[in-house]
Amino acid sequence: MNNVVFGLTMLVVGMGGTLATLFLITLVIHALAAFFPVRPDAKEAGK
Amino acid sequence: MTDAILNGLGALFEGVRFMLAHGGPNLIMIAVAGVMFWLAIAKGVEPLLLLPIAFGCLMVNLPLSEVMQADGVLKTLYDFGIGNELFPLLIFVGIGSMTDFTPLLANPRLLLFGAAGQLGIFITLLLALALGFSKEAAVSVAAIGACDGPTVIYVSNMFAGMDRIPTAMVGALAVAAYSYMALVPVIQPPIMRLLTTRKEREVKMPSPKGKISKTALIAFPIVVTIITGVIAPKGLPLMGMIMLGNFMKVSGVVPRLANAAENEIANIATLFLGLAIGGTMAGPQFLTRETLMVFGLGLVAITIDTVGGILLGKIWYLLSGGKVNPLVGAAGISAYPMAARLVQNEGQRWNKHNYLLMHAMGANTGGQIGSVMAAAIMLSLLKGLGII
Repeated sequence: MNNVVFGLTMLVVGMGGTLATLFLITLVIHALAAFFPVRPDAKEAGK
Repeated sequence: MTDAILNGLGALFEGVRFMLAHGGPNLIMIAVAGVMFWLAIAKGVEPLLLLPIAFGCLMVNLPLSEVMQADGVLKTLYDFGIGNELFPLLIFVGIGSMTDFTPLLANPRLLLFGAAGQLGIFITLLLALALGFSKEAAVSVAAIGACDGPTVIYVSNMFAGMDRIPTAMVGALAVAAYSYMALVPVIQPPIMRLLTTRKEREVKMPSPKGKISKTALIAFPIVVTIITGVIAPKGLPLMGMIMLGNFMKVSGVVPRLANAAENEIANIATLFLGLAIGGTMAGPQFLTRETLMVFGLGLVAITIDTVGGILLGKIWYLLSGGKVNPLVGAAGISAYPMAARLVQNEGQRWNKHNYLLMHAMGANTGGQIGSVMAAAIMLSLLKGLGII
């Protein structure tokens, strides 16, 4: 594989892969927030 | 008897004779060590790393030094913790333990700044290839764009272990990476001002309102480790160690381990890593054209990282109708928490009522994840392409 093809492959797949994976993690964070919402603590709930 | 005394005295001055005859490059490197001492002590530039690196550099460049010969003290440290990538990974456990992902979890979109902040890695890779670096050397140089010393050492040393790049290059890369990380406060502000308008810099962003449960904070490092392991398994040691450190901290049940990771383990690994890296800086091997190019490309990498983050910030500013301050994008690099503080300072410079810190901290922790993820994806790609 010559250097031009290698460099462009790394740029497109590397940058694209990083962006896509981080986007996936943002979705996972949203899911975590939905599955594990903040619950009011006992004192606040008793008021 | 006289001969024996003269021979004995001659042996004592052998080092001086060697220095006078062949010691030019070593003398230059001793001067470089002196500059690093000055930077670390007088200027406070990354002293934790620069001080031991400079001392290792001094020791290896003294005449007839055996510290990097077989069984030499620095060679032993190198083989023990750099040759197998152990020390950078131990430092990562400490970094994970010091990192607070709460601002990122409160506003997950900030993670995308952490992707844009890695643009420098891939553009620098192209530049390094164009300048004639081998594929492995180009990837190692590009890793400086991760703004993350342990990542640079981990990636470059992997190639040094395969004899794909010279060992001396690991030292050059590490020094360049840590020097530029320390110079982020000098490099970033002019780029921030150049690429943004006053109106953009003055944008006030309200504090993130989302609250994060402890369960979500505990689940986050586990989930990120699993995602990295599935998508980019070659980078799992890097991400896994950061997330282990964070997991120990947020779990709240092993404060002694979390403290040890953050203090004793990170400190000992930092000292040994610095000394061993300094040991790779022997004059004759270090003073090459490639070393100068490594420093030049490192500066390009960190500059383009900042440009990438700010450009995404500008796009976001337009899409949000002017609600996002593009300066936050500059924090999407791994220099934590320095880059976030810079964004806060720059924002307040133009609008005294502007508090960008929480957003910038989110982008900054996104940059930490992004840099490790980019390195992990590069390594997995190299494996997929049959290069490693």
